[in-house]
Amino acid sequence: MQIEISSVSKTLGTLHTLDNISLHVGEEEFVVILGPSGCGKSTLFNIIAGLITPDSGRVLINGKDLTGKTGKISYMQQKDLLLPSRRLLDNVSVPLLLKGLNKQAARSQAREYLPVFGLEEFSDHYPRQLSVGMRQRAALLRTFLFSREFLLLDEPFASLDAITRRKMHLWLKEIQQLFHSAILFITHDIDEALLLADRIYVFSERPAHVKREIKLTPEADNKAVKAEILALLG
Amino acid sequence: MKKQNNFIEYAPYVVFLILLMLWEIIVMVRNIPAWLLPSPTQILLAILEFKSLLLTHTLATLGEAMAGYVIAISLAFMIALVLNNCRWLMSGFYPLLVATQTIPLIVLAILLPIWFGFGLLPKIIIVVTVCFFPIVINLMNGLASVDRDQLNLFRSMGAKPLQTFFMIKLPAAAPAFFSGLRISATYSIMAAVISEWVGARQGLGYFMTIAQKSFRIDQVLAAVTIICILSLLLVKIVDWAEYLLVPWNRRLYEYDENTDKP
Ligand SMILES: Nc1ncnc2c1ncn2[C@@H]1O[C@H](COP(=O)(O)OP(=O)(O)OP(=O)(O)O)[C@@H](O)[C@H]1O
Ligand SMILES: [Mg+2]
Repeated sequence: MQIEISSVSKTLGTLHTLDNISLHVGEEEFVVILGPSGCGKSTLFNIIAGLITPDSGRVLINGKDLTGKTGKISYMQQKDLLLPSRRLLDNVSVPLLLKGLNKQAARSQAREYLPVFGLEEFSDHYPRQLSVGMRQRAALLRTFLFSREFLLLDEPFASLDAITRRKMHLWLKEIQQLFHSAILFITHDIDEALLLADRIYVFSERPAHVKREIKLTPEADNKAVKAEILALLG
Repeated sequence: MKKQNNFIEYAPYVVFLILLMLWEIIVMVRNIPAWLLPSPTQILLAILEFKSLLLTHTLATLGEAMAGYVIAISLAFMIALVLNNCRWLMSGFYPLLVATQTIPLIVLAILLPIWFGFGLLPKIIIVVTVCFFPIVINLMNGLASVDRDQLNLFRSMGAKPLQTFFMIKLPAAAPAFFSGLRISATYSIMAAVISEWVGARQGLGYFMTIAQKSFRIDQVLAAVTIICILSLLLVKIVDWAEYLLVPWNRRLYEYDENTDKP
């Protein structure tokens, strides 16, 4: 799946938030958006997911104009948004139910993925009985089950401690390679970006525009790149 | 730790028994006549003496209360759904809903028989008026408490409105809905009894007016005792229904144990 955002601008109320943003994500690519807090990253995701329409610009998916259309791509928001009324397995099978599968089929299909996400022991727990890390993984699994071709992940690991976060990074990379997903990932943690990304877009303060696009190669000197990003954000 | 838990469980019964015993002793020691204040034993004797008569009247009252309660629930459901989906109607009708609660019940009990006769109808209307409000208010608050981001998530997954309603809104409103049900359960019996004070030929309210006119305070209090027991039973039933239907909101016993540790 290929995603192209072309010249998207948005003013929220009187707040000029996004200023002519263009970016793209290729097949199986892991792209990270790095930007200061409040610059409009989540707003951009809401536009890509079709939840809000941009004032100008377009969202192209596999070349098709899907600006303002929902229900096409997977979107994991900053909060895990698990439904308190559903047990873990029923929570992650929600996207399958929404697509019209019956409860039995949805559950059995979702159950297959629990081991990969390290959740099989907890399938009968309610969200409030789960730790933050487990809740995040459950939210991620739910996102995968909606569609794994292209994922929008908005700071999925922000609320985790450093150790759990490390584990989740390695694991997310594995999952991505396993399922050949394309991922667009928001963070304001530079180390996280360097660890995960094939390519990084550095956003400016609000109104956000793309300040720089950085391609990471295996040979790239991470320290130098980090210094470059720090200078940009500084 | 176990002992402490048990004590808390039995505390209401202990308190209740102590108060009853005090009452009994005071009546005995001060020699208060039964027409002024009968003792708990005398009330119990009155219940036993008139048990078949009380049973008929209890069933009549319970019938009115339950009919009104069920109608109130259905009505509250429909109105809450409509108001939740239309802000204009919501702001238009909300003050009216509140206003219905400011009418003194006794006025309704007198006026409704004049308009609707002495049958079941005016009594059920009174029960509905009283029970409807706590349910509808709680249900509306519950429906409005839904997380916007949660709705957005469902929208991003292309959910249909009915799916969103049954998966997000209804479960989110359930705990508040049951709080409303609990309050209304106790009100329903009380409202049915008041509706029987004027123009009734049966029911606990009717029984009490007759008993009071002949200064049989023991009979009045016998009826009161039954009203209390009925109301408590209804609340228990609602508790039990909530336990079954809202399993995700049950107390987590593992957590409670942790906080109980010395
Ligand atoms: N519906 C809205 N109406 C008006 N302003 C909004 C709305 N939603 C967000 N904003 C504002 O727009 C700006 C961008 O918000 P956004 O959530 O996109 O930032 P962000 O880059 O994701 O921030 P963070 O890193 O803290 O998550 C913020 O200043 C926010 O307060
Ligand atoms: Mg954000």
